[in-house]
Amino acid sequence: MQTFFIVAILALGFLITFQIAKASEYVAVLRGEEQSRKQSNKVNAFLLLAFLVLGLIGVYYCNENLKGKILGEAASDHGVLIDRMLYITIAITFIVFVITQVALFWFAYKYQHSDKRKAYYYPHNNKLELIWTVIPAITLTVLVGFGIFYWFKITGDAPKNAMQVEVVGSQFKWEFRYPGKDGILGKKYFKNITGDNPLGQIWDDPANQDDIYIVGEPMHLVVNKPVRLVIGAKDVIHDVGLAHFRMKMDAVPGTPTTMWFTPTKTTAQMKKETNNPDFVYEISCDQMCGQGHWSMRGEIVVETQEEFDVWMVQQKPKYLAVFPDKDPAKPKTDTVAKQATTVAVAGSH
Amino acid sequence: MSETIHEHPGTVTHGAAHDDHHHGHHEQSFITKYIFSQDHKTIGKQFLITGIIWAIVGGLFSVLFRLQLGFPGQSFPILETFFGHWAKGGTIQPEFYYALVTMHGTVLVFFVLTAGLSGTFANLLIPLQVGARDMASPFMNMLSYWFFFMASMVMIASLFIHTGPASGGWTVYPPLSALGQASSGSKLGMDLWIVAMALFVVSSLLGGLNYIATILNMRTKGMSMTRLPLTIWSLFFTAVLGVLSFPVLFSGLLLLLFDRNLGTSFYLSDIYVAGEILPNEGGSAILFQHLFWFLGHPEVYIILLPAMGMVSEILSVNSRKPIFGYMAMLGSLFAIAILAFLVWAHHMFVTGLNPFLGSVFVLLTLLIAVPSAIKVFNWLTTLWRGNIRLFPSTLFAIGFVSLFISGGLTGIFLGNSTIDIHLHDTMFVVAHFHIVMGVASMFGMFAGVYH
Repeated sequence: MQTFFIVAILALGFLITFQIAKASEYVAVLRGEEQSRKQSNKVNAFLLLAFLVLGLIGVYYCNENLKGKILGEAASDHGVLIDRMLYITIAITFIVFVITQVALFWFAYKYQHSDKRKAYYYPHNNKLELIWTVIPAITLTVLVGFGIFYWFKITGDAPKNAMQVEVVGSQFKWEFRYPGKDGILGKKYFKNITGDNPLGQIWDDPANQDDIYIVGEPMHLVVNKPVRLVIGAKDVIHDVGLAHFRMKMDAVPGTPTTMWFTPTKTTAQMKKETNNPDFVYEISCDQMCGQGHWSMRGEIVVETQEEFDVWMVQQKPKYLAVFPDKDPAKPKTDTVAKQATTVAVAGSH
Repeated sequence: MSETIHEHPGTVTHGAAHDDHHHGHHEQSFITKYIFSQDHKTIGKQFLITGIIWAIVGGLFSVLFRLQLGFPGQSFPILETFFGHWAKGGTIQPEFYYALVTMHGTVLVFFVLTAGLSGTFANLLIPLQVGARDMASPFMNMLSYWFFFMASMVMIASLFIHTGPASGGWTVYPPLSALGQASSGSKLGMDLWIVAMALFVVSSLLGGLNYIATILNMRTKGMSMTRLPLTIWSLFFTAVLGVLSFPVLFSGLLLLLFDRNLGTSFYLSDIYVAGEILPNEGGSAILFQHLFWFLGHPEVYIILLPAMGMVSEILSVNSRKPIFGYMAMLGSLFAIAILAFLVWAHHMFVTGLNPFLGSVFVLLTLLIAVPSAIKVFNWLTTLWRGNIRLFPSTLFAIGFVSLFISGGLTGIFLGNSTIDIHLHDTMFVVAHFHIVMGVASMFGMFAGVYH
């Protein structure tokens, strides 16, 4: 019923507008073309000015209304730089925006057609043109300068003490791998991928034997400790989007990528700051990756070193789950038990 | 076609004699006059009408996916009546949503704002404004339209196949677009998409070469290059950009077609998809993005430049003043055309690009803001102390300048790689290019049509 009314109102509105337009056309014919053109010129000029004023009020209104809806302070060191660059750019572009838009609509209103005036012949002025070539050029140099300075800071090498975590995207989930005690991520090869070995780790590589594999659970990071993410994908291009850290990097099959940052706020801190007890750091897939793209998300828990250590000792290397015989802590078992452990690990502790 | 017109210097006189001939004596048949016409005005109208139809279709796509955006997951039973299993229970399914977005992008960018805009106005205006009787090769011109028409047909056909049209975004990044297992839109729909785009590239090349030849060779006496209207200059740069960049897209798509159907590994490497290990090794998925954006960025200017040219003329005519700084306007058009080729990787800041390379592209990208700023200031000065007739065309032209300012300024955010890390792949980008290239060019198109 409601839909019907809305459609009826729309149709009625269209009809009324159409009739008004038709009526004004008849009036125009009666009054003579030249006269009505001048009249509509005035109306249009006024409307342009009104549009400018309403538009600027709209800019202010949107800004006030949506203030609280942005993400809030960045939760990483790089995020702070990115936000600063963003605010510098907003400040500069806002000034240019207001000046040019006001000039545009004001000129259109001020210099509307009038019989008393003649248009001013003004084909060019080299000095003026030089000024507005040089000023934008200088402004942009400043922006480029800041931009590239921050860019190299962000994309430069990660600090030596950074922890490493591998992130692997596939339709439509995120998997993580920690390098274990040796701090080295073992080699992998995609043709080794099986149900038991979802990342295709090469078991002969000793660096793989202590690597910890996590799926279906959050990634854990330590607050104020740099982290270097080694990013890959199994099937199509995904993207590790970390809005709260302001970071983003594509996950490309066949071409590993990296990014590093330092989280500066724990999840508990963020829960307090955002007044949201359910707050989680989210990994959203930011690159269209297929039909389940919208649902592809992961979570990150940022915690203190102590909390992290407690969590870490509970994790078991994937290698031991696949080859329980090699586990020094466990007595030798038969194959049935081996499978059972695999399931238990995959289901996680 | 009963006769062929050869390309030789005599074409002009040929065309002229031929025209008089027909007006005087026997009428052209309906088919040669309106359908397989070689007349530049009729071809222009054909492009415009096809463009309008595509604009309506593409607009309806966006209405549908906005239903989902505005009312997520809500059921509209009428949709199921029309779209069956694509809108099960009246809710737009994810694959339907992605297909709609993909086709909306493809249709609007290529079929409406490229063919519909430069196809229409280049055909209509170039001969009129350079003082030629018709295009350099009317026959090629006709072929250009009919290749566009065939591309349209193939693209429309792809909407009706069982597995649905391409749905990996209008940028069709492989491996998603290369692997049928990865998405149902990447099955037959993707092949048809590639074929349609290949036909489209042929159309735009035939058109572009023709426009360039006409502008360079068939100007009337006294019409030197520096006296050309800015519209013609902008259409000239558009054609040059198209001729140089569309073949790159074509080759990129050809390799994609090979990867899809012939088992090559240009873009594929290390892939485990849908429980299957693929044999491909050694390809680079990023290679496609380089090839695509080498077209993709000039494409933005292919869309925008004709609108800029027309707006310059319309503002100057309706404020009863010559355009302020003709040479500066021309110079900035030229600068934009050159820079358009040197900024493609700013679409790829977060693909793992070498950071140094990224910084070079930041510099080149933000450089484009300088000629853009010159153009804006010159338009403003053209209005200054004018005697402005506010016709619909003037209003659209003023709207164009306003949108171009907003869109251009948001571009300064995105062109800066530091900010782009955060804004990449977000709605900010969508808003930016819709303002600066989508809506602004539409305004330019309306301004041109009303003028």
